[in-house]
Amino acid sequence: MNLNSLFQIILYVVVLLLLAKPLGSFMARVYQGERTFLDRVLGPVERFIYRIAGVKADEDMDWKTYAIAVMLFNVLGLLAVYVFQRLQAFLPLNPQGLSAVTADSSWNTAVSFASNTNWQGYGGEVTMSYFSQMLGLTVQNFVSAATGMAVLVALIRGFVRHTAKGIGNFWVDLTRSTLYILLPLSIVLALALVSQGVVQTFSEYKTVALLQPTSDANGNAVTEQVLAVGPAASQIAIKQLGTNGGGFFNVNSAHPFENATPFSNFLEMLAILLIPAALCYTFGKMVGDTRQGWAILITMTIIFVTFLSLAVWAEQSGNPAFTKMGVDQVQTNINPGGNMEGKETRFGVANSALWATATTAASNGSVNSMHDSFMPLGGLVPLFMMQLGEIIFGGVGSGLYGMLAFVIVAVFISGLMVGRTPEYLGKKIEAFEMKMASLMLLIPILLAKVGTAIAVVTAAGLATIWNTGGPHGFSEVLYAFSSAANNNGSAFAGLGANNPFYNTALGICMLFARYWLIIPVLAIAGSLVQKKKIPASAGTLPTHTPLFIVWLIGVIMIVGALSFIPALALGPIVEHLMVIGG
Amino acid sequence: MTMQTKKPATYRREIYQRAVVESFVKLNPRLMVRNPVMFVVEVGSVLTTALWIQALLGKGEAPTGFIAAIALWLWFTVLFANFSEAVAEGRGKAQAESLRKARQDTPAKKIGSNMKTFEHENVEFETVSSTSLRKNDLYLVEAGDILPSDGEIEAGIASVDESAVTGESAPVVREAGGDRSAVTGGTRLLSDWLIIRVSADPGQGFLDRMISMVEGAKRQKTPNEIALNILLAGFTIIFLVVCATLLPYSLYSVDAAGKGTAITITVLVALLVCLIPTTIGGLLSAIGIAGMDRMIQRNVIAMSGRAVEAAGDVDVLLLDKTGTITLGNRQAVEFIPVNGVDVKDLAEAAQLASLADETPEGRSIVILAKEQFGLRGRKMGASDEAPQGMHFVPFTAQTRMSGVNFDGITIRKGAPDTMIELIQSNGKVPSDLKPSIDAIARMGGTPLVVTKNNKALGVIYLKDIVKGGIKERFAQLRKMGIKTVMITGDNPLTAAAIAAEAGVDDFLAQATPEAKLKLIREYQTGGRLVAMTGDGTNDAPALAQADVAVAMNTGTQPAREAANMVDLDSNPTKLLEIVEIGKQLLMTRGALTTFSIANDVAKYFAIIPAAFASTYPVLTKLNFMQLATPESAILSAVIFNAVIIIILIPLALRGVSYRAVGAAQLLRDNLLIYGVGGLIAPFIGIKLIDMVLVWLHIA
Repeated sequence: MNLNSLFQIILYVVVLLLLAKPLGSFMARVYQGERTFLDRVLGPVERFIYRIAGVKADEDMDWKTYAIAVMLFNVLGLLAVYVFQRLQAFLPLNPQGLSAVTADSSWNTAVSFASNTNWQGYGGEVTMSYFSQMLGLTVQNFVSAATGMAVLVALIRGFVRHTAKGIGNFWVDLTRSTLYILLPLSIVLALALVSQGVVQTFSEYKTVALLQPTSDANGNAVTEQVLAVGPAASQIAIKQLGTNGGGFFNVNSAHPFENATPFSNFLEMLAILLIPAALCYTFGKMVGDTRQGWAILITMTIIFVTFLSLAVWAEQSGNPAFTKMGVDQVQTNINPGGNMEGKETRFGVANSALWATATTAASNGSVNSMHDSFMPLGGLVPLFMMQLGEIIFGGVGSGLYGMLAFVIVAVFISGLMVGRTPEYLGKKIEAFEMKMASLMLLIPILLAKVGTAIAVVTAAGLATIWNTGGPHGFSEVLYAFSSAANNNGSAFAGLGANNPFYNTALGICMLFARYWLIIPVLAIAGSLVQKKKIPASAGTLPTHTPLFIVWLIGVIMIVGALSFIPALALGPIVEHLMVIGG
Repeated sequence: MTMQTKKPATYRREIYQRAVVESFVKLNPRLMVRNPVMFVVEVGSVLTTALWIQALLGKGEAPTGFIAAIALWLWFTVLFANFSEAVAEGRGKAQAESLRKARQDTPAKKIGSNMKTFEHENVEFETVSSTSLRKNDLYLVEAGDILPSDGEIEAGIASVDESAVTGESAPVVREAGGDRSAVTGGTRLLSDWLIIRVSADPGQGFLDRMISMVEGAKRQKTPNEIALNILLAGFTIIFLVVCATLLPYSLYSVDAAGKGTAITITVLVALLVCLIPTTIGGLLSAIGIAGMDRMIQRNVIAMSGRAVEAAGDVDVLLLDKTGTITLGNRQAVEFIPVNGVDVKDLAEAAQLASLADETPEGRSIVILAKEQFGLRGRKMGASDEAPQGMHFVPFTAQTRMSGVNFDGITIRKGAPDTMIELIQSNGKVPSDLKPSIDAIARMGGTPLVVTKNNKALGVIYLKDIVKGGIKERFAQLRKMGIKTVMITGDNPLTAAAIAAEAGVDDFLAQATPEAKLKLIREYQTGGRLVAMTGDGTNDAPALAQADVAVAMNTGTQPAREAANMVDLDSNPTKLLEIVEIGKQLLMTRGALTTFSIANDVAKYFAIIPAAFASTYPVLTKLNFMQLATPESAILSAVIFNAVIIIILIPLALRGVSYRAVGAAQLLRDNLLIYGVGGLIAPFIGIKLIDMVLVWLHIA
């Protein structure tokens, strides 16, 4: 790794960790219903929303009521997105006159955005009207993120409260997440992005004269091109902040109108991990022991930086195949070197690898380079980050609650090793919690592995694997299902996914991965909240020490590795061995 | 004491022989299904056996010998796991059998329920079978009789040989009323007679419950065991998915690479069995049974596995002062004269007053006088005159003092308030008497005032003697995060002094049964788990409320009913050992789970390159153990997986060693041994087995 890459990575991680505490404690205040500096402006808005929606803000829900509210809200959101797409030709804000989206693609996209996955089988600029983008997708970008945060906060309350029933009010958590956290941050970020040249307009696509006229396949002169524009900045801000990742344009944040400059790139990358990282601090603050939050944040950071280094190293080392073709990939003062296939020259190797790792560590899925063109090990990094279950920062809310499932498993085994019924934050971890935590580990693994298995042996699945004759095609399918089954949404590409088979199969994965995890999370919250809180003693397993962090990393890596090594061995690992072996 | 120490060699051989047979009996799928991990292995064994038969018919997917070897070792894996469980059960069964001998059908001298008098001579009885006795019936036992049932003594006092139950050959005294009124069926009366009211119907007595406990017949999974089982089942499902999906992946890869053959079912089953946590899955029930057994070896009968488990979680120990923290009795440590009396005179008078006092306190006064002043009992001190005309006055509830009369001299000793009354009625109370009394009380001692001819000589300082080493024990408990609370009937002043000396964290003075119960509830509301010991009937409510309640076997029937453990040695300090056994049980589970999962990493490195060698030869770069052939690699992993169960049986039965250190250090040590060790051990083991296979020309 060269000095420039090292500096960029350190800068990124340091800024991220510095922001965790202020934002984290602000969010803790929001969720604990304490006063914040935004109350004066947003308080009346919040109360107005409750009044027109008929929400009783002080009503406490038990876990089942909370779960029903989450499900109802999400089903309605999903249906709305589906209907908007199917009817967009008859709806306003459609200057390009785009026609209705196909049924299977609409279903896939509706599930994708409601479940905070933002897998995109379609190309935004040629498919979606402004109406569909804004009232369908952007709204879901906000509320799907807020849903994840609300569910997390409900789980935290399970730890905080004792001998109680209620875990909070979903409508309040949803409203406060959106109003106090996502909306203000998005406005700030959107304005910053616009300042860097990201577009924000309702006008129709622009036709401009080419600076360098060219000719098409038939030899006809091409002198002008159509530039797709639209209200992009506002959607990109929340796409990054809410770990959504669904780009306004097809090439996502590799598009100059979506990600204009290295600075906008830095801001967008920062926005990917900002809230997930800060939520760790919020967690610590709310459970009354910030060390617990830091321990989880450090765990995430260590795994993140380790894999990031692997990705940067793999990409910087360049591609032996290019070397044979005489391409100079050696880094010098005037040549950044490395494998530049599929990367923007604006961003280079370090920022592409950093984005790829961050976007898959969090369940974001936006891209600024093409992961399919990464070296086998460089591509293994984003693939494996997703397969770990989107818990290394992970989605807003969902990442931390997924991580807490791993913590519960880690605490259970290590708690036994110190000779006590395991407990975490004073709550005993018993059969019910184990059942739910095991489900949370199991479901994404099951979906990703079975989905891939079906795709590689059925004609429909095999039909659109363009990269035949080697392990790379397998990696692409594995990537697609790993992405959907962990609600990431990023694509390896190279795989034709906008067809009935993949739209349906991936849609099913996204649906189960999201909601079959939310229910066990809330069930754990409901079980924990009823328990007594055991005061800590010298016999209690400390869960904030370096030792526990090492143990937690071990559990995460072993579960991840044991589940996916055979599949990875047939994909990127064997591909890597082939590449280096010549 | 217990049966197995008598003939260890034959005893062990018997257990092992029986366990071998049991291992096969336990192959019954209906029994296996209770253990999901091992059930999967059994299904795998059946499957590979079927594949082997298919291969014998000439349609094998792999070489016949290879399939046969895999199938054989998979069966061994299941059998080894069954064997571990059978060995653990075997120990209990041997013990249960000797207990059952004590519970034979015995004749009972039943007394009609219209009995008015409980005098031995006038009792009329008819001899019936013990099985016909019902609750609340009365019966008589006389010297030499075996007690036909559990019961409460209505009348009489007798010495009882309880060795059939406790293994302790010294007879114990049982009498009506008080805290020693419970008797157990199957024990034998050595002297005198007793009239007993039956407290349990046939088949529900203490002995019956003990038998079913040690036998493990009604063993139910404990909460923590259930939780662990769920986790293990979760891992098993994950690996099932991993292995099942490997077949389509392999098919695709063969197609994509254009060479090789798809992974065989045999290899997939082998991989699955290697990956699922068979080590802990196979040993889990043995660990649980062995934990119970370790209790029995220490002469503690736990009424449920849940209680053993809870013992590891205890955070508060309520300990009775007397017998647990202090030696049962107070001892004289100092003579404090008053009013200018010579200390030697005081000591002499005190000794004389105590000559006939057979209580431990009395004896300690005699000894102290002898040690400090060379005064010898039975002799009139320095004058060497034999005290022939002595008349001893024993302690009675009315006079509340004791002493001796001789040669017209009266010497008395007694509690301060009574003695001061006596002195006042005959003259002035010396001014330094009261301060001396108060000083002793402040130090946690008991003052006894001594008078000669109704004039105060001084005060004897009786002190509670804290048991040797108990302070260190409490310090250890503190390190383990366990709080100790001393329960005593003493006044707060005395209690505080003893508490400070013994190093307990807290104390409850002037404890009543209600106060005890309230204290337990308070701790429990605060989320703590409370353990206590008790023997009296008035302890029963507190015992029932406590999470871990140990009743002394010498205690009353209600106390034994309320408790969830009975200590046959009736040793209150046993509570500390019980906590350690509970912790050990959980630690063994955690350690072996960690070990089991950590093992998988090495197995991947053995099997994955081997499984896909024909499709992607380049994967052999991952075979850095340099295992000879794909077949030997897979077989080595399977053999290691089976053999490790056998190797770890002793550890499962013995439990991992427990030291009284904080949780953080325990975790570090165990992670190093079982986590890191679990990562490394299989690399070495598999390589060694592979070398042996090559040497034997099997692979």
